[in-house]
Amino acid sequence: MKKPRPAAGTASIESWQGRTWDFTLYIAGQTPRSVAAVENLENLCRRHMAGRFRIEVIDLVLQPELARTDQIVAIPTLVRKRPLPVRRVIGDLSDTERVLRSLDINVRSA
Amino acid sequence: MNAIRPGPLPKTPTGIEGLDEVTGGGLPTGRPTLICGSAGCGKTLLSASFLVNGAARYGEPGVFITFEETADELGRNVASLGYDLDALQARKLLVVDHVHVDRSDIEELGAFDLDGLFIRLKLAIDSVGAKRIVIDTLESLFQGFDDQATLRAELRRLLRWLKDRGITAIVTGERGDRSLTRNGIEEYVSDCVILLDHRVNGHVSTRHLRVVKYRGSAHGTNEYPFLIDEDGITVMPITSAALEHRASEERLPTGIPALDGMLRGGGYFRGSTILVSGTAGTGKSSVAAHLAMSTCERGERCLFFAFEESEAQYLRNMRSIGLHLAPHVESGLMRFRAVRPTLQGLEMHLVQMQKLVRDLEPAVVIVDPISNLVSAGSAEDARSLMTRLIDFLKSRGTTAMLTNLSTPHGLEETDLNVSSIADTWLLLRDVESDGERRRILFVLKSRGMAHSNRLHEFLITDRGVDLVPVEASAAVAETTARPARRQDARR
Repeated sequence: MKKPRPAAGTASIESWQGRTWDFTLYIAGQTPRSVAAVENLENLCRRHMAGRFRIEVIDLVLQPELARTDQIVAIPTLVRKRPLPVRRVIGDLSDTERVLRSLDINVRSA
Repeated sequence: MNAIRPGPLPKTPTGIEGLDEVTGGGLPTGRPTLICGSAGCGKTLLSASFLVNGAARYGEPGVFITFEETADELGRNVASLGYDLDALQARKLLVVDHVHVDRSDIEELGAFDLDGLFIRLKLAIDSVGAKRIVIDTLESLFQGFDDQATLRAELRRLLRWLKDRGITAIVTGERGDRSLTRNGIEEYVSDCVILLDHRVNGHVSTRHLRVVKYRGSAHGTNEYPFLIDEDGITVMPITSAALEHRASEERLPTGIPALDGMLRGGGYFRGSTILVSGTAGTGKSSVAAHLAMSTCERGERCLFFAFEESEAQYLRNMRSIGLHLAPHVESGLMRFRAVRPTLQGLEMHLVQMQKLVRDLEPAVVIVDPISNLVSAGSAEDARSLMTRLIDFLKSRGTTAMLTNLSTPHGLEETDLNVSSIADTWLLLRDVESDGERRRILFVLKSRGMAHSNRLHEFLITDRGVDLVPVEASAAVAETTARPARRQDARR
């Protein structure tokens, strides 16, 4: 019997152990939804990858041209840049369990 | 309650030929208009025309938000209409922004809004000072996101936001099964809704446009055919059949002196409609060629729609009877348009005929023969086309001659029943007498003028057509008509 192989995209995650996660979060001004997304993401990272994460927050009100170049439509948009593959999710990230699952953050290995 | 009566609704011209007539001046200024229709119906091209015309002709810069095509694809598609989007963008008269929404790579984790889209719109609008915007197609948003409640709220906010900025907007939507658009966008656009349609009937395709709704404004409610070609989009308003054409007293020589004599006063009325009907080979085209000749000889233009013969064939045949049209073709006074009726639908014929008339502004238009148009549609459709063409020509003061092939049994009927809209009706027929076949012409009617009621023998000579009255004493029965050859033309 073949050994079960990790699903596509998770290999890099597994080997990401100990390395820095890289996120970009797009918000639009200090709206409650944008503020909530920043807080939710920071809390989650501190808990699951303390010291090994980098979050770049881009406020499109201040840098509107990035909405075009980075193809942003919905706010908030979170882009996981590292580990690869790049993954996008949208929303205020209030449901921590779903965020962990969607971003392949293996609670044990992270 | 005494409401303040609002002034006339300000309108923004689309610059699309015909559409501004149908809408009484264009789209509602500062408000969104929904243009819906199935795939390939011309939504994107119509929207692009609105922006290009705005930028190039009305000094109103525009923004094109495209969801489905990239800026390059859009540019290539509208290049077929002669539009150069790159040049307009370089001149800061246009911004094209391709908004890419791919549901497969976006997961929704919690509440969101479309502020990113709003920011892009604002950036694009501000960068050129846009007065017009196109969003093609809003439907893509519904495919891109799951949370329909959020989407609908955002859609409402978007349209309100555009209104607040006073931007004249076109949003497009895909035709739905039971509603105008797949996601019911029409619910949110209350000001103006235009439906495009692309139908194929008997292998012949026709595009139609209909103004479904236009709040606060009168608008034509018919379906109007429209055409997309290298000159852009042309919508053909069905000219109101209101009988308000000016009735000219001026006469146009028929080109046949004897016929001028039969129509007391010297020819057809300018701007009138002349029907020439007869069985095969009786000389209908020759009568038409005489009119063409005399028109061109006066230095006026003549447009000839040939539905049966090619230009070369026609010129050769007419040359053989002494009518030399070729020099007039070379000088540009005479213009042939030979088309096979079945090549396209009747509506397209009408649209193209009207367009050519607008472009050339001929004094005389000849259609030879109208009976062939039936092959491109039903007799009813062909009749409707002729009625509309005649209305159109009359409203322009253009003289029209229509030839019609009739059957020997129904000489005084026309397949298309257009005789009632003809002002002058010439009938040509064959008679047999003394073992000879002769052609006879008579004037069945000619409104507003005294005319000869006598049968005339129709002689085709090498110097054109001549007419000789048939002897009064002769029995004018169909079989024995005998013309008084070369006698004094008693009338």
